[in-house]
Amino acid sequence: MADLVVDNGRIVFTEAMRKEYTVLVPEMAPYHFDYFVDAFTSEGYNAKLLRTTDYDLIHEGMKYSHNDICVPAMLVIGQFIDALKKNVLDVHKVALIITQTGGGCRASNYIALLRRALKKAGYGFVPVISLNTGGLEKNPGFKLTPRLFHKLHDGMLFGDLMMTLVNQTRPYEKTPGDTEKLKAEIDKELRDYFMHKRLFTWRKQRKMAASIIKRFAGIEVDRSVIKPKVGIVGEIYVKYSPLGNNHLEATLEQEGCEVVTPPLYDFFLYSFDSRVYDIKHYGGSKLERFVLKCIIHYVEWRRKKMRKQIKKGNFSPGVTYRHVKKLANGFIDHGTHVGEGWLLTAEMIDLIEHGAPNIVCTQPFGCLPNHIAGKGMFKKLKKHHPEANIVAIDYDTSASKINQLNRINLMVSNAMRQRAKEEPNDSL
Amino acid sequence: MKPLRAGIDIGSTTIKVVVIDQDDTIVHKLYKRHMSSVSRSLHALLDELSDVLGDVELSFNFTGSAGLRLAKHIGAQFTQEVISATSALRHHIEGIDVCVELGGEDAKIMFFDGVNVEMRMNGSCAGGTGAFIDQMASLLDTDAEGVNELAKSYDKLYDVASRCGVFAKSDIQPLLNQGAKKNDIAASIYQAIVNQTIGGLSQGRKIQGKVAFLGGPLTFSSELRKRFIEFLDLEDVFIPKNGEVFVAFGAALESTNPPQSIEAVRTKILEYRKQYKDTMRKTMAPLFESDAAYDAFKKRHNQSDLKRVALKDYQGDAYIGIDAGSTTTKLVLIGENLELLHSFYAHNRGNPVEVVKNALLAMYEHLPDAIKIKKAYATGYGEALIKNGFTLDGGEVETICHLEAAKHFDPNASFVIDIGGQDMKCFKIDHGIITSIVLNEACSSGCGSFIETFAESLGHSIEQFSEMALESKHPVDLGSRCTVFMNSSVKQAQSEAASSKDISAGLAVSVVKNALYKVIRAHDVEAEYGKNIIVQGGTFNNYAVLRAFEKETGIEVTRPVIAGLMGAFGAALIARSRDDEHESTIMKTDKLKGFSFMRKRTTCRRCLNHCALTVNTFSNGKRYISGNRCEKGAGLDASYEDIPNLYLYKYDKVLDYANARQNGSVKVGIPLVLNMYENLPFWQPFFNALGAKVILSDRSNKALYEKGQDTIPSDTICYPAKLVHGHVESLYEKAVDFIFYPNLPFNFLEKDHADNHYNCPVVAHYPEVVEGNMDHLDMQYFMQPYLTLNDAQKFSDTMVGMLRPYMKVRKRAIRKAFAIGMDHYLKFREDVQKEGERALAYAKQHGLPAIVLAGRPYHIDPEVNHGIPKMIRSLNVVVLSEDALNHLAAQDKVSVLNQWTYHTRLYDVARYITKLDNVNMVQLVSFGCGLDAITTDEVKDILESHQKLYTQIKIDEISNLGAVTIRLRSLLSTMQEVDHG
Repeated sequence: MADLVVDNGRIVFTEAMRKEYTVLVPEMAPYHFDYFVDAFTSEGYNAKLLRTTDYDLIHEGMKYSHNDICVPAMLVIGQFIDALKKNVLDVHKVALIITQTGGGCRASNYIALLRRALKKAGYGFVPVISLNTGGLEKNPGFKLTPRLFHKLHDGMLFGDLMMTLVNQTRPYEKTPGDTEKLKAEIDKELRDYFMHKRLFTWRKQRKMAASIIKRFAGIEVDRSVIKPKVGIVGEIYVKYSPLGNNHLEATLEQEGCEVVTPPLYDFFLYSFDSRVYDIKHYGGSKLERFVLKCIIHYVEWRRKKMRKQIKKGNFSPGVTYRHVKKLANGFIDHGTHVGEGWLLTAEMIDLIEHGAPNIVCTQPFGCLPNHIAGKGMFKKLKKHHPEANIVAIDYDTSASKINQLNRINLMVSNAMRQRAKEEPNDSL
Repeated sequence: MKPLRAGIDIGSTTIKVVVIDQDDTIVHKLYKRHMSSVSRSLHALLDELSDVLGDVELSFNFTGSAGLRLAKHIGAQFTQEVISATSALRHHIEGIDVCVELGGEDAKIMFFDGVNVEMRMNGSCAGGTGAFIDQMASLLDTDAEGVNELAKSYDKLYDVASRCGVFAKSDIQPLLNQGAKKNDIAASIYQAIVNQTIGGLSQGRKIQGKVAFLGGPLTFSSELRKRFIEFLDLEDVFIPKNGEVFVAFGAALESTNPPQSIEAVRTKILEYRKQYKDTMRKTMAPLFESDAAYDAFKKRHNQSDLKRVALKDYQGDAYIGIDAGSTTTKLVLIGENLELLHSFYAHNRGNPVEVVKNALLAMYEHLPDAIKIKKAYATGYGEALIKNGFTLDGGEVETICHLEAAKHFDPNASFVIDIGGQDMKCFKIDHGIITSIVLNEACSSGCGSFIETFAESLGHSIEQFSEMALESKHPVDLGSRCTVFMNSSVKQAQSEAASSKDISAGLAVSVVKNALYKVIRAHDVEAEYGKNIIVQGGTFNNYAVLRAFEKETGIEVTRPVIAGLMGAFGAALIARSRDDEHESTIMKTDKLKGFSFMRKRTTCRRCLNHCALTVNTFSNGKRYISGNRCEKGAGLDASYEDIPNLYLYKYDKVLDYANARQNGSVKVGIPLVLNMYENLPFWQPFFNALGAKVILSDRSNKALYEKGQDTIPSDTICYPAKLVHGHVESLYEKAVDFIFYPNLPFNFLEKDHADNHYNCPVVAHYPEVVEGNMDHLDMQYFMQPYLTLNDAQKFSDTMVGMLRPYMKVRKRAIRKAFAIGMDHYLKFREDVQKEGERALAYAKQHGLPAIVLAGRPYHIDPEVNHGIPKMIRSLNVVVLSEDALNHLAAQDKVSVLNQWTYHTRLYDVARYITKLDNVNMVQLVSFGCGLDAITTDEVKDILESHQKLYTQIKIDEISNLGAVTIRLRSLLSTMQEVDHG
């Protein structure tokens, strides 16, 4: 069995562990994380995605984390501890992985909170891997190699693609269940794709994307039904995770809306870009700045290609990162990059300008960055875009669901009314 | 012909039904409190409706938060309540500008701009207006209507926290204890609701013009309306007829579904009820598996009791203990051998003095001559008041009384947890002394009394209600954050047709979880606090709570039968231990009969805290003053003024800048907020060097806060940030050339061992919020550059362009001014550190205890710290601050990511003081400070791993220090024991 190596009080994930241990991954974005986990697996890790959503998990989270910490931390901690306690795997052969953003938001401290919780629950020996691009913590058994990096990039692209296609198709499908069926099929194929040891950078990737888009375009739809578009923005975890946001996407679709969720990739580009900003304005390594800029350019170039493909399939591909960034001008400075920062504001503007003025702004109860870039910007947004119909929803393990539903319902009712006003003949 | 239409509004507490005909005229209306079962009440209402109308076909439309799920399940039409209200409003009247609607659970506001309507609902903290009024009414010993009556004749308004019902209650409870007039309190409650509505919902839009008032509280309470009208200076107000069914009327108007018979709907509702029983989510295991288990449990707990002897059968010496708690007053009389001779337990009903007087009189009446009262001691919130009023022999801090009482029941007691009506107290006992105390912070207060008031609102006594819980098969999970959230969850459970039994059991579990995971923060109680646990406080008389506690911890605890009287019992034990040959000085029957007292409320003007004082003058001529933060207010000497107090020192330093003579033609306005409390020594010299004059905003106070409260976009943000709005308003009144408020994502580089040097997101970027939300002011003069203070080059690059429109400066001059500012700033820091060293030396030299009141630079604002530093000093304690000592600390790593400059100071100082005797740390935490969820745990770990006590005080708008005083007094007495013991 692998020996425990301690560095500065922290259990290190060693080379030996890489072979013996199972790495548990908490789910954040349901469209993306399967691909990430498969990518990890293809690189020789035994990765396993945690999909639990039951009540025990919330209870464990409450028990082992600070009650004032935001709900993403509580849920992720709860999910991990619940998984360890249920003892499906040998707890001495399990490692955990969590992203660490390293910004001014408390999210960068989730890893420390997780370790504390593990210790208190009697799992102090479980190594926790920090997944970050800032070189925050090093583990010999885990390296973000260029190939792994590129595979994750690919996962991000396909995740965003699937999210876009599903959201634009499912509300209009003629036979209910068609979209889900196709998604399951494609997920299977993508699984083989990501499980492959080789990295498919060019041809296969494009072919795969083309085939996916084509098949989605083939689903029989009825787009004459008028459905208001509703955007979901907010804190990254509760924005994407159904566990965090009480299945917001499904709720909105049930209410008769088309959901528009901005791509996950923008958030990562934004994180890189924030570093670029800091180096420019407050000093730092010029080389780092150059490398980050190159990465952003490369990713944008690859996304541009995919965007073209999406357009060809008659789906709406969304705007470029550069465009989103420009939208923040006049609203909020690009220097505001704690949490989701200016990106959150910019995404709202993008949604408003692209026919989705109805927005659910999600945030964990007491989220600090959201006070600024979320709720703090509503007034300015409404001044420039009176049609904006934004509702802020707090997510918390103790918050009552009916309160959230009621507010969402108000926003949707407004959206429906607006829609009916615009299209008087189609309204009934 | 249009069919009859029915609008059914199912709110959080009531159901309203309106039937209208084709002319939109009301044919019939019904209004009913649904108590706990929505579907059952609705069923009954439909019965009533078909009795009146016969079996007609109606076009049904549901509205209201509790109707959402039901309507969906039975496939009926549903219209969101704000939409219904808007529709009804449009039908009734033209030209409404704003509509305010307060309901049992939700508050809403609608702004009408021509055809567009902007609609808003309250955030999660501000829930439960109607429920809040009910709770307050029960505190005032009346009902909602009574509160309105009381509010009609008031003299003054008190500052009552308006963030949420729990916080407001924390302010009101002590007011009651101090004997404030009920009329004033009633009016202040309404004012708090007004502030909450404006602060939470207006978000930058003025409530003005023609305003409509809707919803239960605003319909039924004339005085609440009056508070709104006066505060907002409204002239044109619309209150609809049939206000209580107004929303239902709107729903009827919106009804478009094909008509169906009442019978058909009723059948569907029955089905829904049945179906629901199986689909309920988030339920837990029952409290008891069997009746036998319950009986065994009950038997076990009834063993821990005192020997009881009837008054008439006893002769000899006796001792009185009085516990004047926050909601209840307890009195016990014990004999020489600890026999319980007499006990008394009653609600204060706002007048503890009267309660004690009557309790004593009643006891004396049955007191045989053979009993001699030797000593009488008081404890609790009202300790001093009762002690002075009734000339008792002495008083003792609550925790010590509880300790004594606990030891009696289990000499090996390792942990005591007391859940009272308002507060929770827990302490760990090691070798007979208290080694750590945990008291709840504001969010957890009121859990005990919440169950009780809730039971009353359902028409049950607390005893009945707790019995019900024991029969529950599927307790509902109701969350544990605070009673406002619990209340919302209860409403949800009710709308899901959960039974009162399940809700009662759920509440018991919620209260226990709140205590365990929010207050004690224990993961494994047995490992951390041992097995010998005593649970007490009135709340544990509730078997459901007791059982939930044992289930959750897995430990069989001791719960004395006198759980609710432990404080009084402890006081009596202490009275007994202080026995001497003298008889007690407590008032006897004859004196008591003639006993009366007068209360006068005044405001202390001796310093800027402006404490609201209550002067109680008793008929014996004794005077007792409460509400004061320091002895000045009590009219006593203030010999401790020499004791160093870093908070006052730093604040004075900052004010020196404000009063300094400056020259310059350009006037730069700087809001004195957040990090500016520390950075002003940089900015002022910096601008002076450039030939500009710095004008500061006014000093913080409640009035300044109210000036800016309608532009606060986020109601859950911290109070220091909320204050920014008022400061900026005040600057605009000063005719400055421009306002300067920079975004500073990074702080000064202070220590190289930290991982980074961020400011918190709110401190860093609040200028963006000001610009986005205060646009009624001319934002052209609002300058909010993004700056770094660690790189003069980058700094001047940005600043030069910013300043150019106002002053002719070159980069070089800016760099020079930067150096001057930096120099001043460093000197300021050095000066504070020197004072810190002096204070430490002073404490040592005079043998005084010292407390590091650790927080953030902006905690020196008296409006933010509410005079806590002064209050601590008045206990003869040296007050230090985290930034006055952090330079002495060794450079050391911590286990969390150490990336905020202000936090680094906390960790460093915590570690530093572990090596010092007689120095302890109290952490000030602002409500809503997300980052402190991280720092508090880390600081606690550091301190406790070195056997130091950790105390946290959560502050917000709440200004009452009653709970804080008790906490600090307990801390000090424990400090002495730990350090000397």
